[in-house]
Amino acid sequence: MDENDLVVETVLLAGKIMIESGADMTRVDDTLKRIAANAGAEDAKIFETTTGIVMSIPHKKRAQVETIEKRTINLGKVAQVNDLSRAFQAKTISLVEMKEELLKLCDAPAFFAMWWQILAAVIVSSTLAVMYGACWQDFVPTMLASAVGYFLFYFINKNFKFRFVSEFVAAVVIGLTSIWMVKLGFGVNAGLIIVGALMPLVPGVPITNSVRDLLAGHILSGLARGTEALLVAGALGLGIAVVFRFM
Amino acid sequence: MKFWVINIVFSYLATIGFGIIINVPKRALNACGIVGVLGWIVFLTVKHFTYGAMLANLSSAFAIGLFAIVAAHWHKMPMILFNIPSLVPLVPGGQAYQAVRNFALGNHDLAISYLVQVTLIAGSIAMGFFLAELVSQVYLKYRYRN
Repeated sequence: MDENDLVVETVLLAGKIMIESGADMTRVDDTLKRIAANAGAEDAKIFETTTGIVMSIPHKKRAQVETIEKRTINLGKVAQVNDLSRAFQAKTISLVEMKEELLKLCDAPAFFAMWWQILAAVIVSSTLAVMYGACWQDFVPTMLASAVGYFLFYFINKNFKFRFVSEFVAAVVIGLTSIWMVKLGFGVNAGLIIVGALMPLVPGVPITNSVRDLLAGHILSGLARGTEALLVAGALGLGIAVVFRFM
Repeated sequence: MKFWVINIVFSYLATIGFGIIINVPKRALNACGIVGVLGWIVFLTVKHFTYGAMLANLSSAFAIGLFAIVAAHWHKMPMILFNIPSLVPLVPGGQAYQAVRNFALGNHDLAISYLVQVTLIAGSIAMGFFLAELVSQVYLKYRYRN
């Protein structure tokens, strides 16, 4: 394989990992151009959207496309690609080594296992419920509701890949658990329990990235991510609305 | 006093918790929590003096943006690692919940009034975020010129 093919493939792989893991487009653009420039292709043209990347080196007449089919949220991988790019710029690793590291990173599992994530969701929801003004009696019911809801969300996402259904089901279950617990006398304010328990499911990464992309002029990616965030928020709202309608 | 201790400890825990959910690397988690606490302190302080949610959200989002830039420079890591978890406590969950609930129960006037509140708060968070971004761009330009 010749040198230019290696440059294009490494840059596309880095871009694929970053976009799959939820980086904002300015960061992706900056990192990819930097890798290309450090590898000797200063005038590389790179076009990236949330569903694919095209890259060409104009005077060498080389171009390739990389499609992006899944979008997860794993900001640790973004930071690692960033570290690799910095190491390559400082000449501590070669282009071949970088590509090997990227290939390893591509298949790496999430940093935090399922139980850690559920524990984190429980902490987020119970602390936020208290910060929003719930009394101490609501603390444990919020923990329970969010543990059940987040477990279902994680389970459905992992095994069936239904993106918006998982949020909907989790919201319905959270609503039902909260209202039953208040009816049984364990909690006091069902509203604050529900709000707290839904917090871990809030699409924080798509919303923030959508704003940043729109501001930076990546209108296509900004709108795509904004739509994704709205759909997730709609699924959560619909789940709660169904519970209120029929309880 | 008790109020502040609870709020500081809980906002730290909430920010770190959301950081774990979105897989922020372990060595960035502490800085993440600190940015979250500072943002929440700004929110509570401004809310205490102005009695309004919008200015409080705007200044808190602005402060989070600035602290995230500092943390990103300090750790040499992307800025989104620090500001996404810290912005989570500001999400207008309570108002959104009331809007959905009132829509479901048929009180459409009340629901729309809550929905407007949600939109305004989300807009002011975005504005604060814009301003922080602007400051970071100016700072970067100034720094690379010298």
